[in-house]
Amino acid sequence: MQSITDRDLGTPRPKTTRTVTVEIDHRTVEVPEGSTVMHAAAANGIAVPKLCATDSLEPFGSCRLCLVEIEGRRGYPASCTTPVEAGMKVRTQSERLADLRRGVMELYISDHPLDCLTCPANGHCELQDMAGAVGLRDVRYGYEGVHHLDAETDASNPYFAFDPSKCIVCSRCVRACEETQGTFALTVDGRGFASTIAAGMNEPFMDSECVSCGACVQACPTSTLMEKSVYAHGQPDRTVTTTCAYCGVGCSFKAEVKGTQVVRMVPNKDGQANHGHSCVKGRFAYGYASHPDRITQPLVRASIDDPWKEVSWDDAIAHAASEFKRIRDRYGRNALGGITSSRCTNEEAYLVQKLVRAGFGNNNVDTCARVCHSPTGYGLKTTLGTSAGTQAFDSVEEADVVMIIGANPTDGHPVFASQMKRRLRAGARLIIVDPRVIDLVRTPHVQADHHLQLRPGTNVAVINGLAHVIVTEGLTDDAFANERCDPDEYAEWKAFVSHEKYSPRNVERMTGVRAETLRRAARLYAKGPNSAIYYGLGVTEHSQGSTMVIGMANLAMATGNIGREGVGVSPLRGQNNVQGSCDMGSFPHELSGYRHLSDGETRRLFQQDWGVEIDPEPGLRIPNMFDAALDGSFKGMYIQGEDFVQSDPNTQHIEAAMRAMECVIVQDLFLNETAKFAHVFFPGATFLEKDGTFTNAERRIQRVRKIMPPAAGMADWEVTQAFSNAMGYPMRYAHPSEIMDEIARLTPTFRGVSFETIDRLGSVQWPCNDAMPEGTPTMHVGGFVRGKGKFVVTEYVETDERSSRRFPLLLTTGRVLAQYNVGAQTRRTPNREWHDEDILEIHPHDAEQRGIADGGLVSLASRVGDTVLKARVTERIQPGVVYTTFHHPLCGTNVVTTENSDWATNCPEYKVTAVEVAPVTRLSEWQEQYRDFTRKQEDLLRERASVRT
Amino acid sequence: MEVRRLVKMANDIGAFFERGGDAGGVANHIRMFWDPRMRREILVHLDETGGDGLTPIVREALQQHGHELDPGS
Repeated sequence: MQSITDRDLGTPRPKTTRTVTVEIDHRTVEVPEGSTVMHAAAANGIAVPKLCATDSLEPFGSCRLCLVEIEGRRGYPASCTTPVEAGMKVRTQSERLADLRRGVMELYISDHPLDCLTCPANGHCELQDMAGAVGLRDVRYGYEGVHHLDAETDASNPYFAFDPSKCIVCSRCVRACEETQGTFALTVDGRGFASTIAAGMNEPFMDSECVSCGACVQACPTSTLMEKSVYAHGQPDRTVTTTCAYCGVGCSFKAEVKGTQVVRMVPNKDGQANHGHSCVKGRFAYGYASHPDRITQPLVRASIDDPWKEVSWDDAIAHAASEFKRIRDRYGRNALGGITSSRCTNEEAYLVQKLVRAGFGNNNVDTCARVCHSPTGYGLKTTLGTSAGTQAFDSVEEADVVMIIGANPTDGHPVFASQMKRRLRAGARLIIVDPRVIDLVRTPHVQADHHLQLRPGTNVAVINGLAHVIVTEGLTDDAFANERCDPDEYAEWKAFVSHEKYSPRNVERMTGVRAETLRRAARLYAKGPNSAIYYGLGVTEHSQGSTMVIGMANLAMATGNIGREGVGVSPLRGQNNVQGSCDMGSFPHELSGYRHLSDGETRRLFQQDWGVEIDPEPGLRIPNMFDAALDGSFKGMYIQGEDFVQSDPNTQHIEAAMRAMECVIVQDLFLNETAKFAHVFFPGATFLEKDGTFTNAERRIQRVRKIMPPAAGMADWEVTQAFSNAMGYPMRYAHPSEIMDEIARLTPTFRGVSFETIDRLGSVQWPCNDAMPEGTPTMHVGGFVRGKGKFVVTEYVETDERSSRRFPLLLTTGRVLAQYNVGAQTRRTPNREWHDEDILEIHPHDAEQRGIADGGLVSLASRVGDTVLKARVTERIQPGVVYTTFHHPLCGTNVVTTENSDWATNCPEYKVTAVEVAPVTRLSEWQEQYRDFTRKQEDLLRERASVRT
Repeated sequence: MEVRRLVKMANDIGAFFERGGDAGGVANHIRMFWDPRMRREILVHLDETGGDGLTPIVREALQQHGHELDPGS
C-alpha cells in the first residue's frame, strides 16, 4: 500500500525537458516527451483505471484495465505501455471501454475474498477503488469454481504478512523487488490461473533471500502484502514527512500516524536521497521508540555502585551542573568535556559544542566521527578543500565505472546500494577493493569486473599501485590536473607513484592483490570516462586512514574524475547525522564549517555572537579524553547519544577510564553500555519526538519533524539548553529553527540555510549561500574549494599491527543490514530475528587447521583482550583473515580491537587486529564479568527510588 | 597521560612526513591537533629522556619547534 497521501501517476515521469502536445478526452495538454498515455492523463488530472501500473515501476501491461481508445489505431491499447505521440487523440472513457474494464474486474473479483470490511486495506485498497471506478455490480462467473481463497498466509516475516488469497498477480511486488530493491527474491511461480507469487524457492519469506526492504509491501495494490502494524492499528489518518534516524543515506519518510501512534513508515516518493525506497531498518525498525526499556525519568546517583534515584528534570539538571562546577573549581576548566551525537539533530550537536566552548570554557568536544570518518574530514580538506563528499547520490546514475573501496553498501547503506545496483544493471562497470567477498562482488544481475581482495591494512599500497599503472601507462588527464591543481605537486606525485616500489608486482607482494587484476582495474578506472569512488570505514579505520583518503583524492584529480556528475570521491557515512555533527563544529580543533580555532577572525565572529572568549587551543579528542581520565586530568563528561563503551576499541581501557571520572552524564534512550558507568542520566528523545535537521552523506540537510511529544517531556536540545543555563551560560532558544538561524549566521557554507529554505526546497545540500542559494549537489565544479587541488605524496607505511606466531590471523570488522551501529535501537526491534549475535567468519582452511566447526564457540584473542563468539566457516573471507561485527555488547568485539589509530586523526584501526582463534566451550572471563556487571546495573536501575520533588 | 601512547602517536605523524623530511609538518600537525597538555607532556618527555622512543624526524620537530608547541610560551 502506498502512502495515504501519494498520488500515483501510473508510470514514471520521463527524464526529459522536451514536451509534446496531445489531446486526451478532448483536452489539449502538453506533456513530457516519452510519457505513457497513462502518465500524461494522470498528470493532467484524468485517472485511467489501473492495477498493475504504479509510477515507481516500469510499465508492465498485464492487468488490461487501463485500456484506452486512440484515434486512428485499432483495438484498445493499454495506456500504461503506449507512449504519447504529438497530435495523438486519446479517449479514456467510452461505453466499450467501460464494458471491457468491468469484464476484467469481474475476472479479478471472481477469485478474490469479499471481506472488504475486515480487510486491513479497507479504505486504501486499489482493487476496491477500481471495482468502484468501473462500476462493478455483479460477477457473472460466480465464486464456486477453482480459486485461491484458501491459500495460507505467510506470517514468517516479523513486519509484514503475505496473504496470497488477496493476490491478483499484478507482479508489482516482483517488479519492486527487482527494479527498486535489486534483490530478485520474488517471482511468479506457475502459469495462467495457477500463477502465484513465490519468495525464493517457494519458501517462507524469512527463509528466502528477501531483505525485508518492504518495497513489495509498498507496491502491493491490495492487502496481499501488508504491514502487520496496519493489521494491529488500522489505517493511519495523517502523515508527517520526516527523515530516517538510521544510516547516512538519510531516507525521507512519511510517517503515517493515528493520533500519536505511528502506524507505519512509508518512504517518501519525493525524497531526494531515497526516491521512495527504504530498507528494513528505516521502514520497519522504529519500535525501539516505544520499547519498555526506554528510560523516561531523569536519574542520578553518587557512584556507579549505588542504585539510581529518579528525580525531576530540575533536580537532575541542578545536580549535574553542581557536579560539573565542583569539578571545574577543583581541577580546572580543562577537566570537563562533552560529546555530540551523530544520532541527534544538527541543532542539538551545535548546542552541545557551544555548551562546551562557551559554558565549560574549553574545546574538549568530540563526536563519534572520531572513530569513523574523521580521516575523511582531514583527507578531503587537505586535497580538495572541503571535509565532505563531492557528489549527490544521484550522481551514480551518470557513472560508467564504480569503484567501491572498503564499504559494503548493501548492508551499511542499503538504499543507495539499490540505486547503485540499478546503474550497474544498466551497464556500469564495477571494481571492488575489499578483503572480504561482499554481496556486491556477485549478486543477481551484478558482478564485479574486478575484486581486489587485499590483505587488511594495505589500502595505501593498493591505491599507489593503481596510480602507478595509470601514470606509467599514460592514462592520466594531465590537462585537467595541471590546470586545476598545483602542477609542481602533481609532478612530484607522479614521480612518487611511478617508482618501482609501487609496480603491480611489488604491490602484489605487499597486498596479496594479483598484479594483473590491479592493472586491469587501474585501466578501467582511468578510462571511465566517468569513474566514481565510493568508500567506507574500510578506508578510514586504519593507521593510514587519512593517507588513503588523500590517495583516493589524488587518483580522482589525476584522472579528471572530479567536478561533475558521475565521478568524484564519496564517503558513505555511517550514522544518520555524522556529516551534520561534523559540520556543526563537533571536533575539538574547529568551529562550525570546519574552521580551525587558530583562525582569529573566525574566533572573533563567534566571540561576538556568543559573548564569551573562545579558547584558541585545540581540545581533547575522544581517545585522548580516556587517556586524560586515566591520568587524572579529565573528570567530567557530558555524553549525548553516544555509546563508546561498546563502540570504541579496547573496551577494558575505556571501562577503566569511565570508572576514573567523577561525573559522567549520559543522555540517551536506554541504559546503554556507557550509561552503566554514568552518575547522571538525562532521558533522550527519539527522532519522532522533536524538530530539527539531519545532514546525510551527500551534504543534504533535511527536516526532522516532531510526531509525538518527547516521552520524557524534553527534547534533547531543550535538555542541553537547560544544562547550559544551570552552568551559568544562558541559552534562550524557543525552537530549533532559531538554532539553525544562528548556525547560518556564523557558518558561511550554511548562510542560506533555514527551516523555511528546507521546507520550500524539500532539502538542501550545503554549501547553501548567496552564490548557491538552492544548494550544491556537486562540489568542485570549475575549481576546487581550496583553490588549486593539492596532490600529496602517500607513502605506504605498514601498520604496527601485524600477524605473528602468537596472533597469526588478522581480524577485520564491519556491520550487517539488520543491525545499526551498537544495536541499541535495532536490538530492541524484531530485527534481532535476522541477527541476534555477532558471528566470527573464518575461512575453511583456517578453521580446519584449528579444529573449528561451523557454529562452534571460539575464542578470539588479541594482545589487549579476548572474547568468545560463534564461528561461521565461509569462503567469504580469505585465509589468514577473520571478520565479525560489533552490534551485540556481550559478544565483545571491541574487547579485542586495539588502541592503534590513524596518524592524523586518532580514528581507531578497527580494521586490522592481529588475533588467534581457537575452539572453546565457555565464555571469556571478560564476558563473565560483563554479565555480572550488567546484571548488577540492571538491578540498580530496577531498584531505583523516586525522590522527585 | 601515558607517554608511551604519545610517543606512538607522534611517531605515526612522523611517518607521514618522513618522505619529505618535513619536521615542520610534524610540528605543525601536533600544534594544530593536540591538546596543550599532550604537547606539554611530549616536550617534558623530550627534555627528561632526550626523546626516548621518538623517531628522528619527530625528535627534530620537537627540538626545532618546541617553542611553538609549548602551551606556556
